[in-house]
Formats: sequence, structure tokens, C-alpha cells
Amino acid sequence: MTAQLPGWKSLPPGAVITRPGSTVEYKTHDWRTLRPVIDQERCIRCRLCWLYCPEGTIIELDKPYTTKAGRKYTRTYEINYDYCKGCGICAQECPAKAIKMIEEVR
Amino acid sequence: MAGKKKLPLSGNTAIAYAAKAADVDVISAYPITPQTTIVEKLAEFVANGELNAEVIHVESEHSALSAAVGASAAGARVFTASSSQGIALMYEIMFIASSMRLPIVMAMATRALSAPINIWNDHGDFMAASDTGWVMMMAHTNQEAHDDVILAYKIAEHPDVLLPVITAIDGYFMSHTIEPVEPIEREEALKFIPKKVTWRVLDPDNPVTMGPLGTPEWYYEFKRQQHEAMKKAREVFDEATKEFEKTFGRNYEPVEYFMMDDAEYALVAMGSVAGNVKAYIVREARKRGIKLGLIRVKLFRPFPAEEIAEVISNLKAVGVIDRALAFGSSYGGPLYGDTLSAAYIRGIDTPIVNFVAGLGGRPVTFHDIKTMVDATLALDGKTRKDVPKEPYFIGVRE
Repeated sequence: MTAQLPGWKSLPPGAVITRPGSTVEYKTHDWRTLRPVIDQERCIRCRLCWLYCPEGTIIELDKPYTTKAGRKYTRTYEINYDYCKGCGICAQECPAKAIKMIEEVR
Repeated sequence: MAGKKKLPLSGNTAIAYAAKAADVDVISAYPITPQTTIVEKLAEFVANGELNAEVIHVESEHSALSAAVGASAAGARVFTASSSQGIALMYEIMFIASSMRLPIVMAMATRALSAPINIWNDHGDFMAASDTGWVMMMAHTNQEAHDDVILAYKIAEHPDVLLPVITAIDGYFMSHTIEPVEPIEREEALKFIPKKVTWRVLDPDNPVTMGPLGTPEWYYEFKRQQHEAMKKAREVFDEATKEFEKTFGRNYEPVEYFMMDDAEYALVAMGSVAGNVKAYIVREARKRGIKLGLIRVKLFRPFPAEEIAEVISNLKAVGVIDRALAFGSSYGGPLYGDTLSAAYIRGIDTPIVNFVAGLGGRPVTFHDIKTMVDATLALDGKTRKDVPKEPYFIGVRE
């Protein structure tokens, strides 16, 4: 896991990170054991998951969606699985029970 | 350097004069006996306009060192001082300061650790800091205490080192005892330690993250770096002391040898007790024809193992005086532990024996030193296999 990373001789002393914004390269998803999955049919676009997510991994998209019952939405909510840690707060808070936590299989 | 002005200074005042000469930018400290008069004097210098520094009044030593870390990360030359429980309270941040490679200098007036509460001198606090990643020195004259602060910045801020440095003196025996000291003036000090930021600092134009999370993929590499920095600190110590001697005329070595040229036996000691041992050697041992010398360890981290082992290899027996106890260890006193491994890892067979003395300010008398010398001499003709497995507890009531 670590062979391709730089060795101690080439790292800056004191673990100083010298490239601003490089945190995005650190994908924090790999400690996730449960993955939230949004059921777009049940989702009522209330935005609560977006509000509650502690990691900002709920993405609000200008992407229309029409349910089988014919209800039209202008927005769609999706999850950034690169950074979602699987805490389940979104599923807990969803008033429409539209988010299911399913076991992560890698 | 003859004819320079000497002042009668306590160890603490001598240290304060040195921090002033180093033109420190930030002093962050919390009062604790017997260190208090160091920062008291510095606050006086600042109040009088003799030193242009920010004095940060904090609510604890934990905060004192935390503020020092912050100021150093911002590029300031930082000074702090503490003792005993203060060092204990700083413990968490001591590791952070060294791991973040911040060249903070801290003076320590050593004092026993509680309990029972005791404001007197031993090396319990100093030894508790020995694995925190700080470079550690201990003086045994007030002049040396003064000079150590200047040397400390030279070592700490060297780009190959970037480690915090502790300069210690014995509480009361030195901190509150007056000796003639030739203070280094600011102008000459700053020629020796020019103010130049050699480390990464917080700067909005060049943003960095300091003190980040180090996951298992990254952490170990930074510890390996610290090990290397300690090795470099030794090289830089040698360069710095050479340059110091050229500039100021006073010579310091990682280990001071006293009457060791023809010595057959030696005591190893640190701090003020070394003075008592010197006096004993001159006034008693040598008069009785005992070829006794003193090995005074000045630089404790990085430990000068090579030199100590070398000198021990030529001796018949050695006694190590510890003013602290490493409870439950395989050896007894911490200085003994380092001395033993320095010698025995190199296959040296000289018997080395441990004396624990002077805890909590208990005086180490001539009589005590005689007891130690006699026990050391008793190992003449023996090997390391014959060394008592327990330290001698000198001066304790049974």
C-alpha cells in the first residue's frame, strides 16, 4: 500500500503540506462500511440530506427527474462516493425514507 | 576576550540575559518555582524597553507551550521556560513542538516531580522529557547556562536540525545561586545567531498546512526524519560549539572530562552535582592517590554515546550518579541506562555501577560521594558481570 509513496528523505520536515487544496486527493471513502443509496422515486427533494451531511458529499444537481407517477422535479440529489464515509446521518434524517444504507462490498 | 564585563547573575538571570541577547520575539510562559525569575526578568526587560518582544501571559504550561508552537509556526524566535509540574503539563505539546520541527528554546530549572509535592531539585522533570524529541543540554555553571541559550538557537534553527531545544540548570543550586557571568551582548549574539527564518512558516502568500493528520501510510516517515534530525543535531552541536569558542572564547563539548587524562576510575554525572564531584576529586580522592576523574554529560539528547564509551573503555570501573529514577526499568537511573547501553552495545567490559542520589533536593554530600567512590573502587578487577543489578540508593533512610 505504501511502496509507491515518497520516502522519508523526500518529504518536507514536520509533515508540512505545501500544496493548498491537496486534501481533495485524499479520498476518505475507504473506511465506509455502509453505503447510502438514494431512491429517486421516493425522494421529495427536501434538501435535508444535503443540509445534514457532515462531509458535504450530497450533490445537488440541476437534473430533471420525473417519477413513475408523473411527478416532475427540476433537481436531483446524488452522493459523492469518493468522500462519503457512510455515517448514515442522511438516511436517518430523510423524512421520506428514501435513503437506504446497504452493505459496502469491495 | 579578556577585560570583558562580568556581572553577578543567578542562573535564572543569566538565562534571561541570554534570551534578551538572542532578541527573542515571543516569550510565552507560566510561572513555576524555581523557573519563575527567568521570565520575570524577561518581562522586566520588555517593560523597560530593553527587549522588543511579545510576552504572552497564559493560564497554564500547556497553553504556554501551545502559544510557543503557534508563534514559532508564524516565524517568531520563541522562548519559554518551566520546571517540574509545568514540564509535566507541557508534555503533550512537547511532542508536537518537536514533531512539527519548530525551533523553540526552553530553559528548564530542574525540580522534583510530585507527589509528595516538592519544589527542590532533582532531574525527574528533565528525564521525563528525554523521549519527547527535544535536543537536551544541561549546564553546570551560570556562565554555561547563559551560553547554552545562544548555542540552543544556533542548533535549533539550523535547517538540517529544526528541533526544539531544552537548556537545563539545576533548580536553586543554580537557578537562585549567583556566580560571575560574562553576558553576551545582543550585537555579538546576533552575529552568531542571525535572525533568519529557516523553517516553514504560516504565510498567507504561501499557504501551508501544519500539524495535519498523519495516517498509517505517512506517519512513520516523519518519525524517521526526527531520528535523522537528532543525528544532525549532534553534528551541528559540534560545529556550533567550535564557532562559539572562536567567537566568545569559551569551549563546550558534549561531554566534559575532568582530570580524566590519567584516570583509572570515573564518576559520570550531570548538572550541579558535577561540581561537588570535582571538588571531591581535587580535595580528597587525588590527595589519597586515587586516580579518579569526572565525566560530565552536558548534551543528553542526542546522547554522546561514542565519546562516553570510548573513555569508559580505558577505565577500571565507573559509577553513574542519577538524580532521578526510571521506575521498573532494567537499570535504575536514566543516565545509567544510557551510559550502560553506550558502553555495552560496543562490547566494553568495564564494570559500571549506578548511584541514585539527591532526590527531591536531598543534598549530595562529600560523604555521599565518598560512598560512591568506594563502591566504584570495589569493582576494580571485576567485569560487567559483577556489577550489582540494583542501584545503590545513596542517602536514603532504611
